[in-house]
Amino acid sequence: MSAEAIPYTVEPHPDTGVPNPKLGMWLFLASEVMLFGALFSSYILLRVGAEKWPHHTETGLNVPLATINTAVLILSSVTVVMAWYSLKIGDIAKGKLYILATILCAFGFLVIKYFEYSAKFEHYVLFQADGTEVHGHVTDRTSEFITFQPDAHGAAGSPPAAMQLPVADVESGAIKFTNLGPWFSNFYAVYFTLTGLHGLHVVGGIVVFVYLLLTANSWWAKHPEQFTNRIECTGLYWHFVDLVWIFLFPSLYLL
Amino acid sequence: MSAHHAAHKVDIEELKKSVRTYIAVFVTLLVLTGLTVGVAYFNLPIALAVVVALLIAIVKGSLVALFFMHLVHEVKVIYWTLALCVVFFIFLIFVPLATESNQSGIVARSPSLVLGAGEHGHQEGQAGEH
Repeated sequence: MSAEAIPYTVEPHPDTGVPNPKLGMWLFLASEVMLFGALFSSYILLRVGAEKWPHHTETGLNVPLATINTAVLILSSVTVVMAWYSLKIGDIAKGKLYILATILCAFGFLVIKYFEYSAKFEHYVLFQADGTEVHGHVTDRTSEFITFQPDAHGAAGSPPAAMQLPVADVESGAIKFTNLGPWFSNFYAVYFTLTGLHGLHVVGGIVVFVYLLLTANSWWAKHPEQFTNRIECTGLYWHFVDLVWIFLFPSLYLL
Repeated sequence: MSAHHAAHKVDIEELKKSVRTYIAVFVTLLVLTGLTVGVAYFNLPIALAVVVALLIAIVKGSLVALFFMHLVHEVKVIYWTLALCVVFFIFLIFVPLATESNQSGIVARSPSLVLGAGEHGHQEGQAGEH
């Protein structure tokens, strides 16, 4: 049997009024709302129940980078919809160009996210006996000692002296010393879980768009309308990824 | 044949109009992103800050859904699917909150969940339970 055996991939189903792939995509997105909704719900529950939750100025998250990332993702939503428009008017060359632009935006988003994540994993905190915290970076690590360089405060004066922390004490927990990974606090656990899951969705989008771009010519030659619908359905997914970020951004970075 | 061409031409004209809409939505989304960042530095009380940030996010999300995802031109079956989704989403968000309000402290006052809370924090948490 040929691919035509699968019904209603282009024309609307008489019962629903939409092609099957589009309805399928919307149902999938509804399940995605539940997935992210459960995580948002956990975030709200943890936050309203906490005696203290860091204000956005205390979290150390990079708001300018995240703002740029928001703009990049919004731009990618426009390029997807322009790819669909180009295919609708029969311009496959422009359609492919816009798909490529979307992939580049998605990679741009992940690269910016990589810089954000690595800044957190390279930022260490030493909890002192008097309850104060010393923030800084690890400059060297041997099997016996970790060299910890505290951050300088203010422009004046020389930077604080580096500390030698015994690895055995850090590993046994006698010295509380950690980076800003998901294990650091409830806030960072929520931050990495939500942005990590969202990042995986971005990766998923890239995989599908790359596949569509690589097979565009053959699809377009055989089934142009079906290919256009595929771009529309993938676009629905991509806009959802953008939509989730629109809520993640203020929730994690600005509140 | 000519009727088909005429219909196709109207379709193309409609599509060209929609491009202007996409660009307008894009600019609006960028402006609203700038606004939500700007408002965050007004240091509003947290309850008001949440309301303002979520309102802006809802407007932005609606623009994406209505115009980029073409919900303005969608059929009933999609609307009903999403309406059901919204109902379940509201349950998902608010039912756990109701549960938390009856068991205050279980989640938040467990200092083991917060690295760095220290022994001092643990003792305080225990004291708070009594």
